[in-house]
Amino acid sequence: MVVASTRTIVTAEAGSRRLRGDGPRRRHGGTRAEAVTGWLFLVPFLAVFLVFTAVPALLAVGASLTDMTARDIRDPLAVNFVGLDSFVKVLTNSAFQSSVVNTIVFVGLCVPLSMALGLALALMLNNGIRRLRSVFRAAAYVPVITNIVAAAVIWQYAFSIAGPVNTSLASVGVDGPNWFGDPGWAVTTVVMMGVWRTAGTAMILFLAGLQSIPEEVLEAAATDGASAGRRLWSIILPLLRPTTLLVTVLMTVMFLNIFEEPYLLTKGGPLGSTRSMALWVYEQFGFGNVSASMAGSVVLLVLVGIVAVVQFRMLRPKH
Amino acid sequence: MNAHTRPRQTLFYVILTVVVVVMLLPFVWLLFGSFKTQAEFLADPGAWLPESFQIGNYVQLFAERGFGRYMVNSIIVSVVAVIGNILFSAMAGYALAKLRFRGRTLVFPLVIVSMIVPYVALFVPQFVIVVQLGLVDTLTAIILPVLIAPLSVFIMRQFAYSVPFELLEAARIDGASEPGIFFRIFLPLSGPALATVGILSFLASWNNFLWPLVVAQSQDTYTAPIGLAVASQASNTVSFGLLLAAAMVVLLPILLLFLFLQKYFIQGVATAGLK
Repeated sequence: MVVASTRTIVTAEAGSRRLRGDGPRRRHGGTRAEAVTGWLFLVPFLAVFLVFTAVPALLAVGASLTDMTARDIRDPLAVNFVGLDSFVKVLTNSAFQSSVVNTIVFVGLCVPLSMALGLALALMLNNGIRRLRSVFRAAAYVPVITNIVAAAVIWQYAFSIAGPVNTSLASVGVDGPNWFGDPGWAVTTVVMMGVWRTAGTAMILFLAGLQSIPEEVLEAAATDGASAGRRLWSIILPLLRPTTLLVTVLMTVMFLNIFEEPYLLTKGGPLGSTRSMALWVYEQFGFGNVSASMAGSVVLLVLVGIVAVVQFRMLRPKH
Repeated sequence: MNAHTRPRQTLFYVILTVVVVVMLLPFVWLLFGSFKTQAEFLADPGAWLPESFQIGNYVQLFAERGFGRYMVNSIIVSVVAVIGNILFSAMAGYALAKLRFRGRTLVFPLVIVSMIVPYVALFVPQFVIVVQLGLVDTLTAIILPVLIAPLSVFIMRQFAYSVPFELLEAARIDGASEPGIFFRIFLPLSGPALATVGILSFLASWNNFLWPLVVAQSQDTYTAPIGLAVASQASNTVSFGLLLAAAMVVLLPILLLFLFLQKYFIQGVATAGLK
């Protein structure tokens, strides 16, 4: 849509300049100077993009079809093409399979919890209160910008066996668990940290969505006697649908890629219970199994791609 | 908003306060813990408050643990990344939105598609490229991939669309050169958008983790988060107090920036989310 409207402007301007008769015309409406400047201005961005994103993406797919190991990094052309061997190995590897399950568990728990918390905060901030809005908003957003390594250090201290969390639980008579030692509790801790770090993002996006709902609609409903719950269910949530979809997709992609939380908090343990797909990929690189690592990352890419395609289908405006 | 009764408002204030306090508790433990001595951690790890506020951890961090070097590295990386993102995203965003040339419309869809590629698929090939360039274990290698981010270009491109064509065309008729139009007309208008780009790229480069973890291999090139991560993995030899003090030092620049420039952070997220 944006592109189409720019084209209209371009055509209109090219037309007006044709009347003035200045400079040579080119098919796309710009002058030669514009074309030269345009490409020159794009050089720094395109150079970094090609060398550190586009080419690596192709290399990742390429390496997944070879027998590349850490020894080949200095001479990457000396590898042998082995077709889909690495994919067969990866997909039949039980540690990889359980990392897929773990990743789906993280997505299944973190996405709804983070969105529910973000939406609740946004609703209370937007319609519930009059004062201190920006203070609450900023406070709930601080965990998002927090450095993940620093956050992990705090969590390791806070959730250690005799740390402040368990001490506080003990003071109300609850026997705190071994947060990092028990598989179930380790997953819980990683999920809590994931929600803590992303709810603020959901809140900001929901706030932006809520602000686009006209006040009059809600007031009209209130005048007609609709209760607060009824207004939420029948008016606010349906009108928020595009935002909700957007946040769902953003969060799903974010948690499909979850790496830092399990890497820093639990190293994927205990017993591999918190090893995500991204962490498995990183570990394989550390073991020198470059081709397996890349095959695993291509599987992750496919999963993310499916989510992205579903997003574009659902977000496409209906005519 | 007369539909909102006083009791409900009070309830919301209570809920919000509880949620926000719980979310900020880790920072309270961080602050207090960083002033505790190792003896205090051994005696009563769960105590919230230190017996007295000892700055020994902070002193040891810089005097004996070389954390000053890591902080300098982090500052160099972030400053260069911010300058790169501001300058190059303004150029690229302006070119994509305001200059007319063949091929322009092909660039952006390619970039958008590439944004779904998981980072764990890219870091190994990036490492191979950096090895080939002979840049392993240098700050240059840490900076290059974050020197100009697609998100920065996206924000500047969106902003450039809002600048009227007539303004640029008028300068063209007055005989201004193309770079002249960019530097004298477009850049002076771009302050707020560039502030958003600057803050988001500072955050991204300061908090960057996986790439410096792979490419920085000696203490001379560690950034502060990598120094902290390495120390925390040797946690049987490093005390919690020292780690918490280091975490505090890593967090402080971001928290201060957020305190003063909150609105640009929030704007940035709203824009980034709407891509």
